[in-house]
Amino acid sequence: MADETKAPAPVAAGDAPAPREAHAPSPRFGDRPSGDRPGGDRPRFGGGGGGRGPGGPPREGGRKFFRRKKVCKFCVEKIENINYKDYRMLGQFVAESGKIVPRRLTGVCSPHQHRLSNAIKQARNIALLPFAGRAS
Amino acid sequence: MNRTYELMFIVRPDMTDEDLDKLISTLQSAVTSAGGSIKTVEKMGKRRLAYTVRKFHEGVYILLTVEGGGAVMHELERRLRVTEPVIKFLTVRIDEEQKRLDKIKSLRDARKKVSAQPAAAAPEEAAAAAPAETPATA
Repeated sequence: MADETKAPAPVAAGDAPAPREAHAPSPRFGDRPSGDRPGGDRPRFGGGGGGRGPGGPPREGGRKFFRRKKVCKFCVEKIENINYKDYRMLGQFVAESGKIVPRRLTGVCSPHQHRLSNAIKQARNIALLPFAGRAS
Repeated sequence: MNRTYELMFIVRPDMTDEDLDKLISTLQSAVTSAGGSIKTVEKMGKRRLAYTVRKFHEGVYILLTVEGGGAVMHELERRLRVTEPVIKFLTVRIDEEQKRLDKIKSLRDARKKVSAQPAAAAPEEAAAAAPAETPATA
């Protein structure tokens, strides 16, 4: 029985799909192709990985308009103490008009921008930074 | 209820140093009578204001660190408001922020120690491996 089952199988694999259909009626042969299917699925998973790969090319496309990745000054220099008294440092994040520069322009991360904006507002209150216009 | 506050205020630039010292000492006595204490007094000197305050273009900045409850600060602020030479003031509570900074600092220090130990161990291993290799090549 074992020899018979093994012998036709390579033939079925090597030949066109027609012999497979011929073997299909027997349940054992029906199981084997199904056993192959998971193997068939694996390439698909690999294809999925390849699908992530194509996620890369758009980035490469983005490199055409090369822009340096903005980093949070406070994270990089490990400045945790954002204080209203340090008006020179705060001045870097205030536009000429006196406005707080948005973080999409400066690259400051969200928690630091929060502290930064609070500090700038406190500094404005005590006349270290202007509300509007350049510091006179 | 012991909190730490930072009180920055600006006095008019034409105030003399003696008057300023007198003002600070009166504030100090007011704080102590209210049950708080002034930790530090820092005269930051004369500075040009970012905008005109009460028709003044510059002012003398003074920074106090006060310890005490909210009632102390309330009294202190009331006094500053009625004190004529004081043109502007700002109170900021700093103890919570200080606590946060200390926590971050201790975390960083702990991490530094951990990273320093393997770095110190690695050169020793390299030194031990080097003599073992040299006889083999010779």
